[in-house]
Amino acid sequence: MNAAAIETDSGRRREADAMQALTLGLQDEVFAIAASGVREILDVVPITRVPNARPFVEGLINVRGRVVPLADLRVMFGMERTPPGPDTRIVVIEIDLDGEPTLAAILADRVHDVTDIEAASIEDAPRVGMRWPPEYVTGIGKRGDDFIIIPDMGRIFGDEGGRSPSLESQERNDS
Amino acid sequence: MSKAADPTDTFRQEARELLEQLEQALLDLEQNPHDSDLVGSAFRALHTIKGSGAMFGFDEVAEFVHDFETAFDQVRKGKAEISPGLVTIALAAKDHIAQLIAEPGRHAAAGAPILEALRKILTASDTSMGEVAAGSVSDAGSSARTTWNIAFRLPEDALVLGTNPLLLLEELCALGTATVTARADRLPPIETMDPEASYLGWEVVLETDQGREAIEDVFIFLKDGMELTIAPVDVEESARAGPGPASSNGTPAAGRPARSAGSATPSGAKGNSSLRVPAERLDELMDRVGELVIAQARLSQIAAASDDASLKTVAEEIERLASGLRDTTMGIRMVPIGTLFGRFRRLVHDLSGELGKQVEFVTSGEETELDKTVIERLADPLVHIIRNSVDHGLENAQARATAGKATKGTVRLAAVHTGAEVAISISDDGAGLDAARIRQKAEEAGLIAPEARIADEDLYQLIFHPGFSTAREITSVSGRGVGMDVVKRTIESLRGAIDVASKPGEGTTVTLRLPLTLAIIEGMLVRVGKGRYSIPLSAVEECVELSASEADAAKGRNFLNIRGNLVPFLRLRELFRTQAPAELHQKVVIVSAGEQQVGLVVDQILGNSQTVIKSLSKLHADVETFSGATILGDGTVALILDVGHLVRFGQTFEERIRNSQIGRVA
Repeated sequence: MNAAAIETDSGRRREADAMQALTLGLQDEVFAIAASGVREILDVVPITRVPNARPFVEGLINVRGRVVPLADLRVMFGMERTPPGPDTRIVVIEIDLDGEPTLAAILADRVHDVTDIEAASIEDAPRVGMRWPPEYVTGIGKRGDDFIIIPDMGRIFGDEGGRSPSLESQERNDS
Repeated sequence: MSKAADPTDTFRQEARELLEQLEQALLDLEQNPHDSDLVGSAFRALHTIKGSGAMFGFDEVAEFVHDFETAFDQVRKGKAEISPGLVTIALAAKDHIAQLIAEPGRHAAAGAPILEALRKILTASDTSMGEVAAGSVSDAGSSARTTWNIAFRLPEDALVLGTNPLLLLEELCALGTATVTARADRLPPIETMDPEASYLGWEVVLETDQGREAIEDVFIFLKDGMELTIAPVDVEESARAGPGPASSNGTPAAGRPARSAGSATPSGAKGNSSLRVPAERLDELMDRVGELVIAQARLSQIAAASDDASLKTVAEEIERLASGLRDTTMGIRMVPIGTLFGRFRRLVHDLSGELGKQVEFVTSGEETELDKTVIERLADPLVHIIRNSVDHGLENAQARATAGKATKGTVRLAAVHTGAEVAISISDDGAGLDAARIRQKAEEAGLIAPEARIADEDLYQLIFHPGFSTAREITSVSGRGVGMDVVKRTIESLRGAIDVASKPGEGTTVTLRLPLTLAIIEGMLVRVGKGRYSIPLSAVEECVELSASEADAAKGRNFLNIRGNLVPFLRLRELFRTQAPAELHQKVVIVSAGEQQVGLVVDQILGNSQTVIKSLSKLHADVETFSGATILGDGTVALILDVGHLVRFGQTFEERIRNSQIGRVA
């Protein structure tokens, strides 16, 4: 089971009593991703920039000898991308890309804890009036007074939107 | 030990090799119909499949092969000639056997028509006497009763391995009338005797009408390591069992049967011993070596920064050992491309029949070695290209005659190492590509603008576009425009490139260029801004400094004059949109891909190191400038530049400059 599968299949989610999730903070908001997809949580390590990559996956890091792409969810949610601070962590997850399980890492401004989110408390994202692009949100949960955003990892990682044009297409535009 | 392999898998693997051997022998026989060694080779393959098939429960196979053998026996006895029609049926039989093995229980019925066709063609040629040489196939070529002196001795470990000499003796006796004598001359004293070892030898005087092959067949499973002599005797001499091979008449060399049987082992031993290893183990080994190389790089870095002399010495030693280990491991995975070429002979043979064109298939460079995985993935693309050559490239006999060409078209497949790449080329002497028609088709499909000026080589590249086909008719073989784009994608996924050259009326050559190794390469580390990048050293030609005048990009001339050649250069700082301040004196690394070169302007050259290539994930599939990533000695990730892409990009760059300059002049 991986993060993307659990979160896009809302029917199955409803059946489970609770969703075991890792909550993390991006800017002022709290996000939750399925704990089952999380592989490890690291302190910030040197990040290699990938020139001309989509802003969403601009980085590469070394996770115990493996080269893992580093994604910044803040890009997809239009948030400010502040540089890493003392609380910043890197969460390594396993996602499904075109049917292949792939390791990827996401930046988190802070990591909270692993918690259960009551299935009953999860509501669909409102179509209008929300700050965040609704297509990237599976649902909004509640824990105490806080709203927790459950991102649609499958959509986010599969999305082709936000691509920066490749070199050659740029050339074509210029000439 | 590892878990036991499923015995049927062992059979399937062996059968695959035997069928391969059979196919090659049949194809060779078409060219050399009177080569008795080839006939023998084909028969041995069939016979082994029959025996093993029966042993592993593949009864359909055993049955079909038996019937096939019986019918084909005419050929062996020299009563029938090898004709192209016969070879075609035999090949069909080979395919049928493969089917029976792959899907038992479903195809038995398809065997009957093949056997029928075989019988028909053989009765037709029965009247002609074959000139099968009297070598190892049949001594007298007749079925008269001959007496033979057979002496054999099994290797010492034969009993332990399950051979039962009694069964061999029984089989021999079943061939005719036999007298058997045991030879105990090699029995050791009882104190040193191993009860499980085979020390006895046997001599059998056999009178039979079955001929020599029947006798040889009895021992067919035991070729290696056993002593065997078979010699015919005059009837008068056969009275008392001779104590050894009779040397009465001029018989073929006594030791020959064992030797010739030994040289035809289906496991394909070329005289050296070889070992079958599961591919996953090799991959594991590669991974370990890769990790070792990374760790060794770290060690070297630490040693370089330390004052400890003994540490430095050891680090150097380890670097040397790691490098050697890397080379050896890579070598293990290298397989000669000839293994692929053999498959294509059958393809061309079938295509030639299907399309009614006479084709000569020439290969060279079979010894050229490539990584195992690369070879496997090349098979399909090469099939597609060869099909295209025969179907579209080569003209039919009439057209060729009109053009003054030989009736037989030639398809030439060659493989050669060029520096860091392997170049595999497929050429045909056919009609060549029709640039005008490609252009027309491309304009119709909206791929290019009607006024655009496009060089022929670039036009030819359009044939790799999905759905593109200039074929006027769709044959069963090609024309649907599906094959070539898959070819291109496969080659690109192997980090290779395809070039197409063609001369109208003379022919076409498609060249595949592939990087030699996939996993570990020697890389030159460079710095551009704050980032470090690795360039495959094998692609690097030289490094120069960027002089002030050349650095003056305002003039719009991004060219270097290298010993009279104009080499375009790319500023990686611009390409990578680096923010960091530039180095005062920039360096240029000149790299090449095939014939073309480009200079890469960097801030600093950092040195060479062994680089373990890690693939980029799908998330970075769209970034074409990089072919992979590597982990440096200090643990950070560095991207590996895709030289081929940069060179091609540099060429288009150069084109644009040239075109804009022409525009300015005009």
